[in-house]
Amino acid sequence: MRIDWFAKLGNLLQTLAFCFAVATLQYAFTPERPYAPNLVYSLFIGTIIWAVVDLGRVAMPSARETGWPPGWRGFALVAAGIVAGRFIGVALADLVCRRFDLYGADNHVHGAAQVRADLLITLVAGLVGCYWFYARNKSAYLLRRMREAERHANDARLKLLETQLEPHMMFNTLANLRALIAVDPPRAQAMLDHMIAYLRATLDASRAATHPLRTEFDRLHDYLELMAIRMGPRLSYALDLPEELAELSVPALLLQPLVENSIKHGLEPKVEGGRIEVRARREGARVVIEVRDSGVGANGQGSGGQGFGLVQIRERLASLHGAGASLDFSADAGGAHARIALPLAA
Amino acid sequence: MTPTAVIAEDEPLLAQALRSELAAAWPELDVLEAVGDGAAAVGSALRHRPDVLFFDIRMPGLGGLEAAAELADAWPGNAAFPALVFVTAYDQYALQAFEAQAVDYVLKPVQPARLRRTVEKLRQVLAQRPRPDGAALEATLAQLRHLLQAGSPAAGAQPLLKVIQAGVGSSIRMVPVERVVYFEAADKYVRVVTEEGEVLVRTPLKELLPQLDPQAFWQVHRGTVVRCTAIDSVQRDEAGKLQLALRGRGERLPVSRLYAHLFRAM
Repeated sequence: MRIDWFAKLGNLLQTLAFCFAVATLQYAFTPERPYAPNLVYSLFIGTIIWAVVDLGRVAMPSARETGWPPGWRGFALVAAGIVAGRFIGVALADLVCRRFDLYGADNHVHGAAQVRADLLITLVAGLVGCYWFYARNKSAYLLRRMREAERHANDARLKLLETQLEPHMMFNTLANLRALIAVDPPRAQAMLDHMIAYLRATLDASRAATHPLRTEFDRLHDYLELMAIRMGPRLSYALDLPEELAELSVPALLLQPLVENSIKHGLEPKVEGGRIEVRARREGARVVIEVRDSGVGANGQGSGGQGFGLVQIRERLASLHGAGASLDFSADAGGAHARIALPLAA
Repeated sequence: MTPTAVIAEDEPLLAQALRSELAAAWPELDVLEAVGDGAAAVGSALRHRPDVLFFDIRMPGLGGLEAAAELADAWPGNAAFPALVFVTAYDQYALQAFEAQAVDYVLKPVQPARLRRTVEKLRQVLAQRPRPDGAALEATLAQLRHLLQAGSPAAGAQPLLKVIQAGVGSSIRMVPVERVVYFEAADKYVRVVTEEGEVLVRTPLKELLPQLDPQAFWQVHRGTVVRCTAIDSVQRDEAGKLQLALRGRGERLPVSRLYAHLFRAM
């Protein structure tokens, strides 16, 4: 346990200033009594309460995060502080006042009313002081939490952007483009067109909720064409969309993560590369779309199909079709296979 | 003497582009071969013994760093180790490590001006290259070790494993980690060898490693992690390679040069 002694000293000084103010206020209301004993009593009581509460809460493990023990412990600590201040503080102050003869003409034998008044002052001042520190701690804690939350939100936004525009893919594609410009300008132009379409689709994906299956397949074509230029003979692919399903409305970029997973986890790690096939077909009242690759199979998303991309697809399917749609994923040594089934009538 | 080079880059167009950029920036350089994956790069470099290697960091199979470590392991002692230049598209964190280790790298797309600087440096390095000795290779190994560490998750970031859970038929075998003698990466799984026998798990060694206590389990080879208390002795064979003998067991485990620094008399 580390104690920030600098902060504690600051608290003590504030407490002493507060005690000074209390003593002065008290003197203002009872000018017939001498000032010095008021001050000595106030300082001793305040210091004892400070010691019990401010140092005591450090010893409570529950107080570590917020700086204040939760629930009844907080009240108990304050009560203990005030009681200790009342008895120990008063006893010490009395000792000091006698030793230095501060009572002066005041015979210091007070009536019951005076004792009650002093007790009330101790109680009220103690509570006010404690509440002041409690409130300061709490607002500092909340401020810290707020900043943390803000930072988390920023991190999440950045992370999302980075997954959307995966920099590694981006710069490799640009490097290919740069190479193509020198050797094959028409092909470079075609590659650039695919890249523009891919970027536009990726950046727009959050805006359009659904689009026709034809558009979805066009975007896959853009992406796979980019990858085919990069990977050369290591990648072959086939896209198969029957005309009757072309206008079916599907969540935008639903298949994109599946194909990207196939490339990233299936084919890129495989030395000899492989093949991706995306096929849609009608099965009764349902549409079945399959993404099949001949990659390394066991991959970063876990063979149980719990990866981020798959979870997201399942969520989108569930929110659009409820239990009517499904995603099954399996992977083995021969590659990975994802199968989406959607109701034909959305 | 004409300087020679081997390029390892999995994207054919980029390999071609690097070749032509190099032809412009360093006309006398002879690029002997361009290969598309890490394992082929190791083979090609051993065959040609070039002066310079351009290795892409991300390649299928072995990545550039792993390939360089593998090559250092197999490199003959009487030849000078090639100067290494790593090529990468985007790898921000690792790049800081590269600068810290003073290992050269170029970013894709390769910029002619940046490549000329690299070529300038390489020319100097080749001109004043020392006679092949152990110290130079040792320095390269230390650099590679740091770079490989920078790219893998830090130890302590994950909670340590207590048991290895291995599927055996329809049941799960629970093997306490402290009973494991060594882990050995096989093709698609990891062999977990204990005093009583062995089980197989599908979690790659790369993912297991950060979950093991680095004090207790030492990586001694790309595919081998040994419990250090299970090692009986370390011997050097005729080829100068270290071999581990295990307590009460017959098999010998080879130690790669990358991890040979772990075994020194106190």
